Amino acid sequence: MSLDTSPVFGNLDWNVTPYTDLLREVNSSTIVGAGAASMLVLGAIAGVGLLTYRRWWGPLYRNWLTSPDAKKIGIMYIALALIMMARGIIEGFVMRAHQATALGTLTQEESGLVAPDHFAQLFSTHGTIMIFFVAMPLLIGLINFVLPQQLGARDMAFPVLNQVSLGLTAAGAALVMISLLIGKFGTGGWTMYPPYTGIDFSPGEGVDYWLWAILISGVGSTLTGMNFAVTIFKERAPGMHFMRMPLFCWTGLCVAIMLIYAMPALTVSSTMLVLDRYLDFHFFTNDAGGNMMNYANIFWMFGHPEVYILILPAFGVFSEISSTFSGKRLYGYTSLVIASMSIAVISFTVWLHHFFTMGQSAGVNIAFGIATMIIGVPTGVKIYDWMATMWRGRVRITAPIVYLTGFFLLFVIGGLSGIILANPSIDYQVHNSTFLVAHFHNVIIPGVLYGMLAGIHYWFPKAFGFRLSEKWGRITAILFVGGFIFTFMPLYVLGLMGMPRRSPTFQNPDFMPWMYVAVLGAALMLCALASLAWTFWTSYRNRRALAVPGGDPWNGSTLEWSTPAPVPEWTFPHIPHVQARSDWGEMKRAGDPWKAPEEYCDIEMPASTAHGLLIAGASFGLGFAMVWHVWWLAVLSFLAIPALLALRGMRVIEPRIIPAAQVEEADRRFRQQVANLAPVTRAEEETERNRGVPDISEFAG
Amino acid sequence: MSETNLYPGLNLGGGHGEAHEQAESTVFGFWVFLMSDLIIFGILFASYASYLDPIGMAGGPGPQDLFDMKSVAIQTAFLLVGGTAYAGVSLAVKYETGRAKVIGWLLVCATLGTGFLFFEVKDFIDQAGKGGLPQASGWLSSYWALVGLHGIHVLSGIIWIGAMAAQILRRGLDDVVKVRLSMLGVFWHFLDLIWVGIFSFVFLVPLL
Repeated sequence: MSLDTSPVFGNLDWNVTPYTDLLREVNSSTIVGAGAASMLVLGAIAGVGLLTYRRWWGPLYRNWLTSPDAKKIGIMYIALALIMMARGIIEGFVMRAHQATALGTLTQEESGLVAPDHFAQLFSTHGTIMIFFVAMPLLIGLINFVLPQQLGARDMAFPVLNQVSLGLTAAGAALVMISLLIGKFGTGGWTMYPPYTGIDFSPGEGVDYWLWAILISGVGSTLTGMNFAVTIFKERAPGMHFMRMPLFCWTGLCVAIMLIYAMPALTVSSTMLVLDRYLDFHFFTNDAGGNMMNYANIFWMFGHPEVYILILPAFGVFSEISSTFSGKRLYGYTSLVIASMSIAVISFTVWLHHFFTMGQSAGVNIAFGIATMIIGVPTGVKIYDWMATMWRGRVRITAPIVYLTGFFLLFVIGGLSGIILANPSIDYQVHNSTFLVAHFHNVIIPGVLYGMLAGIHYWFPKAFGFRLSEKWGRITAILFVGGFIFTFMPLYVLGLMGMPRRSPTFQNPDFMPWMYVAVLGAALMLCALASLAWTFWTSYRNRRALAVPGGDPWNGSTLEWSTPAPVPEWTFPHIPHVQARSDWGEMKRAGDPWKAPEEYCDIEMPASTAHGLLIAGASFGLGFAMVWHVWWLAVLSFLAIPALLALRGMRVIEPRIIPAAQVEEADRRFRQQVANLAPVTRAEEETERNRGVPDISEFAG
Repeated sequence: MSETNLYPGLNLGGGHGEAHEQAESTVFGFWVFLMSDLIIFGILFASYASYLDPIGMAGGPGPQDLFDMKSVAIQTAFLLVGGTAYAGVSLAVKYETGRAKVIGWLLVCATLGTGFLFFEVKDFIDQAGKGGLPQASGWLSSYWALVGLHGIHVLSGIIWIGAMAAQILRRGLDDVVKVRLSMLGVFWHFLDLIWVGIFSFVFLVPLL
């Protein structure tokens, strides 16, 4: 292969697109491949066309891509995640559709919608996308948007670094996306275990796409963790003691600490695999002293904390919404803090349960099995706390509460199947079966996905100034709950019937009824995706009726509800002095919460910069060039990164000053508006009478 | 942030005004970044240990064949003296004895770092000549990755020193530059810390 490498184009030539496969042979697999590539191309053309037609390029660049505002960065993270999620869910459906048609016979082994190699690419990209480019950007985006507002800070500790982190994540996502059109993706699953993914068994660009996407976005996530940690430790408003922080901030802190300590392991295992593949090192090869078990070990040192990185922000969201929508104070604040921190710490001591069958001693296995069971305890504490919060509350069945209810019912089942798997002797029986697939989807979908969607629904008005349609929000939530049940409950059964995960084909006709149920569920998930898109669209069209300029549509108790919706870039006209836990709620109790600050000062905001965009461009160039062995471009892109840093370092960068008069004018207008709007009672919260000013006499949080 | 909440060790001293306060979050953030970096080294140390056996060496050359302890001792001297020399930078910044002194001490650090790199690269070339290439065995892969990563860190430190000297010449010792010099100091000492681990664990342990 390396003999044919062109000095200008590397390994790139005209034969790498799925269209050439389609021309070579027309079958369902190549049609699906070319269709996916066409969706990417058409989507890109439609996007560019829309931006050009509406003349949005300028505003997009000035107001979004170059903005160091954590709130906008958060929104961009979430937008990226939702685009990637559309691909991930469609891939999930294609896999279910494939397996529903994959009943082979002993004579004709290959059957089904897509070819085995194509199926392997599908489960690899699906896992990679859902973990790294859906769940991670969703939670990082939500934390970026909410955390500074809840802490009473104007921005993150390092706003430009934040922009760079987003850029790196987007560059990684772009690499995975472009693999649809140019070349193939790896077939080693989202974990890409060697030696199969070593150069001997997986030559070509597939594994390299995964490696560079993971390395680049992984650096972004590490920097994000650092940014969150410093923001929480150093940028809290005066009086915002640790034990006054909202629970979502606590889970943000857990996530930050875990990102800082867990991401390096992924960086190391991926770099070692890069060295093996590009420079013929022998970390994980079969020969010359390589040891693939080291890969599994190091990867899961990252991988297990990672699943708690994913779930903890969702726990934070559930803590906020269970209290707000029940009109009650959060039950057991201290126990929730202790439980979150315990989960964060214990999550570093359980990674070995991902490879109980690798051959270590029974003693080692049982130690990790016990640690795994122990981590269920603080999680259980949390579930009881949320239920106790809702107990005898005046619960409003809003979309976030539908998600929370779905979470209660389903997550507990997923957690219990995890406790079953934590027993090494049971794990030996069901490992690598679809029982496991059912288990981790059962914790990740009801946990992370429901949590993040509930959070988006909850904080959406704060970002855009109007509520999302409750009706469509609830329909989406119910579809996601139903879709999950039908797709994944059958996989528990199939796993117990002995079906291995990631099977492109099977010969047991008894699997088929369950396969049909699962594909029905996957179709429901597609409907849920469409319904989610429709929720955004229909709410956008009704934005005047749904507008909540008062900024507090749910009668909340934390600081972010004290500001207008949409929230101005400076967030607070005057940094609040926090007196209590649930400070905004206490101010409601005290009487007049919307009191204007006594004086207004000039506000310093970080200046807009294209720094993050340029770094993202350079790192995408580096990743793409390395995948295709275009060495000149790789060297140029690599050198561009320190050059950009050095150039920025030479310049004296002045912050942008927003004059006190401008802040005062906007703030007085907001307070005037609040005084003029009619307060809305809880009973009417869903109606058009909700203008974001709640009846504070009803506040009971 | 009130004065009482500032941590000693992160900051420059009350006389430095804004830079003193800025250092609080920026230098703290850099410490956090280095903790993360330390995990990378930690995992590489653990990997090195796991490949340090006859299976990992796979019949290739071993520590006895490759390590030149005299050269390693010279490298250690260069690096640790270079680390101590950074005290000159920190004191010159703190007591404001002029940019010439700051740049002078920075250059001393860079020179000693370059001396370290010279002997390290010379060792790598010698080892490659004796068949000790990273392609030879799992153990050698882990050795080159760990020691090489430290070397790349030293190189980055030298480049950073150059960038800071350029910034001092162009912008003067303003608040931002002072904070960056504090971070560079933390980084430069961090390299010594890693090297102490490499010296004892990578070089001494296999020869015992």
